[in-house]
Amino acid sequence: MENMRPEDIVGEYQEYELTYYDGTSRKVLVTDIETPYPDGKLIVSRTDTAGIITHVNQAFVDMSGYTREELIGQPHYILRHPDMPRAAFKDLWDTVQSGKKWEGYVKNLRKDGGYYLVFASVLPNIRDGKIVGYTSVRRKPSREKMEEALRLYAKMREDENA
Amino acid sequence: MTYQMTVSPDFSPQHIAGWYIFNTWLQKNLGLDIHLELYHDFESQRASIQADTVDIIYANPFDASMLIREKHFEALVRPLGKVDEVVIAVPANSPVNQVEDLQPGIRLAFTDDPNVHLVGMIMLEPANLSRENMNMQMVSSYAVAAKKLLRGEADAAIFLKEAFDDLSNLTRRELKPIVESQISDIFHALLVGPRLVDKAETIRRLLLSMSETPQGKSVLIALGIDGWASVDKEDAEFMIDLMDAIQ
Repeated sequence: MENMRPEDIVGEYQEYELTYYDGTSRKVLVTDIETPYPDGKLIVSRTDTAGIITHVNQAFVDMSGYTREELIGQPHYILRHPDMPRAAFKDLWDTVQSGKKWEGYVKNLRKDGGYYLVFASVLPNIRDGKIVGYTSVRRKPSREKMEEALRLYAKMREDENA
Repeated sequence: MTYQMTVSPDFSPQHIAGWYIFNTWLQKNLGLDIHLELYHDFESQRASIQADTVDIIYANPFDASMLIREKHFEALVRPLGKVDEVVIAVPANSPVNQVEDLQPGIRLAFTDDPNVHLVGMIMLEPANLSRENMNMQMVSSYAVAAKKLLRGEADAAIFLKEAFDDLSNLTRRELKPIVESQISDIFHALLVGPRLVDKAETIRRLLLSMSETPQGKSVLIALGIDGWASVDKEDAEFMIDLMDAIQ
């Protein structure tokens, strides 16, 4: 996946190198600007079994800042924010690959370097007894619970980097 | 043999006659005996589903999930351009203007419409509200939910958007919607059960061409819909996955 480009970023940014579970890595450019989650909306996406995006709804496009064309065919980790601990995503994958639903609070990275906060549910799509992909639905989180999760993630990141 | 058709109890009261007209039209065009049984609450309809007496159903998304996964029903069509959205409203004179203004302890009026309740509760989460910290008041209909707000007996209520829009102008003027869902992927659908699965394609084709005849068109008007759109197996599975993800 390509590095994030300074010309796409809005505001002052910091640069990080992220390495994903499949061994690939890229530069991400991150600002402190939050895009508030709109009331009443659900962000919906689907991926294949390898986590490659196959479907996004309009709310996904609006909140991520990417166009639909930029998203389809990309790994879902295009949204991964450097403040998220690796262990959270490992837990997500371990859970859904075993056929169960995963739920959790997530800080997502936008194309413009900003972020948005969600409560995410990820579910395996089971057809004729086989997992054929995953559906992810994100909604507006409780502020209080989100802040609690962010504090925990910061601690987990410290431990991961220790 | 006589088949049984039923309709999700959240149908708009204005369209009761429309469902009888639709049933007559369907019987004539299919050459089948179909009895229309309308239930006034979800509990009695579910009992009938569990007893395997239902063959055709206009189901809400929540029940459609159960019918497809557990009862081997097949989704045929959905109403064209209609999706199930949810509104949370408060009395017009309430100081509450957004979800986050609602506080634990509020009195929440809701119906037993399962998917509407589910989506409504999700929309209350940002204010940290759940069934544990609200005074939950289940009511028999959306009209009763509106009355509770007008009489000051509830602080907020969850409505199916279509039902909220169908309230009289006078009632709606006394209410203030504070949030409306924008999901787009959740819808009612017409399903057939195992005894009619061999006729599924015939029924689907008949419904999809319904708006092409004057008689079919007038039945659609009576139902309050513009026509039907086909729902294939994967469309239905996608909606079920979505519903499962949010419960």
